[in-house]
Amino acid sequence: MSDISAHSERIQAGLAKRYRAEKRFRSYGIIAIGIAIAFLAIMLLAIFVRGHGAFQQTHAALTVTFEEAMVQDNDWQGLVKQSLRETFPEVTARSDKRKLYKIMSSGAGFDLQDIYKEDPSVLGQTRTVWLPASDDIDMLMKGAIDRTVPEDERRVSDKEIVWFDQLRADDAIELHFNTRFFTAGDSREPELAGILGAVMGSLLSLTVCLLLSFPLGVMTAVYLEEFAPKNKWTDLIEVNINNLAAVPSIVFGLLGLAMFLNFMLLPRSAPLVGGMVLALMTLPTIIIAGRAALRAVPPSIREAAFGMGASPVQTVLHHVLPLAMPGMLTGTIIGMAQALGESAPLLMIGMVAFIVDVPSTFTDPATALPVQIYLWADSPERAFTERTAAAIIVLLGFLVTMNLLAVILRKKFERRW
Amino acid sequence: MELAIHTEVSDKARVDGASSSAPHKVTAQAVDVYYGDKQALKNINLDIPSNMVTALIGPSGCGKSTFLRCLNRMNDVVDGCRVAGQIKLDGEDIYARGVDVVHLRARVGMVFQKPNPFPKSIYDNIAYGPKIHGLARTRAGMDEIVMTSLERAGLLDEVRDRMDAPGTGLSGGQQQRLCIARAIAVQPEVILMDEPCSALDPIATAKIEELIDELKQNYTIVMVTHSMQQAARVSQKTAFFHLGDLVEHGDTTEIFTNPKDERTQAYVTGRIG
Ligand SMILES: Nc1ncnc2c1ncn2[C@@H]1O[C@H](COP(=O)(O)OP(=O)(O)O)[C@@H](O)[C@H]1O
Ligand SMILES: [Mg+2]
Repeated sequence: MSDISAHSERIQAGLAKRYRAEKRFRSYGIIAIGIAIAFLAIMLLAIFVRGHGAFQQTHAALTVTFEEAMVQDNDWQGLVKQSLRETFPEVTARSDKRKLYKIMSSGAGFDLQDIYKEDPSVLGQTRTVWLPASDDIDMLMKGAIDRTVPEDERRVSDKEIVWFDQLRADDAIELHFNTRFFTAGDSREPELAGILGAVMGSLLSLTVCLLLSFPLGVMTAVYLEEFAPKNKWTDLIEVNINNLAAVPSIVFGLLGLAMFLNFMLLPRSAPLVGGMVLALMTLPTIIIAGRAALRAVPPSIREAAFGMGASPVQTVLHHVLPLAMPGMLTGTIIGMAQALGESAPLLMIGMVAFIVDVPSTFTDPATALPVQIYLWADSPERAFTERTAAAIIVLLGFLVTMNLLAVILRKKFERRW
Repeated sequence: MELAIHTEVSDKARVDGASSSAPHKVTAQAVDVYYGDKQALKNINLDIPSNMVTALIGPSGCGKSTFLRCLNRMNDVVDGCRVAGQIKLDGEDIYARGVDVVHLRARVGMVFQKPNPFPKSIYDNIAYGPKIHGLARTRAGMDEIVMTSLERAGLLDEVRDRMDAPGTGLSGGQQQRLCIARAIAVQPEVILMDEPCSALDPIATAKIEELIDELKQNYTIVMVTHSMQQAARVSQKTAFFHLGDLVEHGDTTEIFTNPKDERTQAYVTGRIG
């Protein structure tokens, strides 16, 4: 009897220790998650703080007279300059005038052209229009330029600051929503540069990538998992597919350069080739995810179908594939998200060029979002820093959307049991 | 006598003279089955009569399932499985060249140990077989097949108002009856059942046994069971397998009350198993 109570006492003593160990283990987990979330939050916050400015652009209100002679000559920027001269009549020296012109964007004239195109009746009339200021004025407006720094060390001269303040006092300078950022291609001028070219390049590349890698990946996974005999050859193929998934992406870029450009003579910098290279990269991901999804389908389903007299193809198409589809789609979208964020292989096939036009076909020269981020991050202008972060926000937005899509698709398919 | 303590042989098990002379639906001659190098069945000779329940009994791993799966060639999809000898359905060798397994499996249906309805609606579960075999021309024809199959499986009243609900949402016993309904929807001649009640509770088991007893009017049934009571309750013929051999077969009454081989005797009295 005492033996039994001693026994239970020993267990009691052990219990306290066990509870403590469990508590400790749980707190480690919570700390780990906390650190991970903190890093994520810091990263997102840093990007947002730097990038949100790019969604607004400084505009100045100018009184422009659409003079017939200059409109006929297509000298739109001339109109801007004339208007500036009229606004600041006290500026007479040549060098000062040149400085004065620099407060407006060199693309301001295009906006005037657009206004004229939309409504030719403005010819000969005088209008007050909001036009984009130059990137330096934009930075000054957003407080990124320190006025206390000596003049020769800052991007904006004292005179420009005076003009800026004067405009400001007249309420002729404002921050407007930066539509151009979403509707324009790349530019040397930060205030004119937009993300649309890169977004289109990425979308076109991803379309090619999806069209190639999804059917190929699914067919490969289905064949290997459901039909291929299990022998040395299929083992070898399996090992190679797994190795392929681990190959650094730049190698696929080199392969694309050698195969698609130099041998097949496909156009350089084209989303078509970009998509093909990205497809090489995503294929192993899709195949591996697809096989895992197929393996997760219970064998009893296959037996049931075979037992009903379904052929192997019917069994796969009617029963196994629909059940594996959610897993396959998840794998595919993860692969696509990887491809969207990939820049190295695209550098190899020339999708890193400075391209102003927004691509509209699969063979137009294009860049992609991550490459655009890289290009802007490399530019010296202060205003590009902001745009780099904004482009990252756009890229993250796409990634989040894709992941949401994956979740929604999975839920939708799952409801069909 | 001592045996009766373990196993009551019901009236159903007694075969009258007329039906025992009925033609044999399936005959197996000198069947050997190998999994790779390992021989799972040795020289099996067994005749399975029409419109009766034949029970396959024996200790686990003795090859009952293997034999059952030979009868509709389900072993074809198992890697490394080889079948030698002859198995005839209505006098035709089902392993002969040119025999279509799709057609064979429409004639020889199967119900598995674990209920395995498709993850689709109850209606679609039943309709699947008729659909792939092209048995119904119209939607009304399909409805008819689905209703009669569920009716015969004794499930119709329980699912009439939820034909669109998932088959996987039914209880275990209902799922197994759904699988039986699915099998009979293609109007097979033979139904193979591999331990159909082993995953079910006693009440569900009783329902299935009752169903099997009714089904034998129209179908030839071959059933694997690990329960000797069940074999005694529902079967007319019994075959006893042991380590890949067919030790003894004959009328269920004979096997349970008067076994000739001592291994059979040991098994039915519960000494080996
Ligand atoms: N797919 C398979 N591959 C290899 N051996 C198998 C396979 N299926 C069954 N066997 C072997 O064949 C023998 C008979 O198995 P089985 O017919 O399932 O027995 P039972 O249904 O009587 O319990 C067992 O020894 C088992 O290990
Ligand atoms: Mg078995």
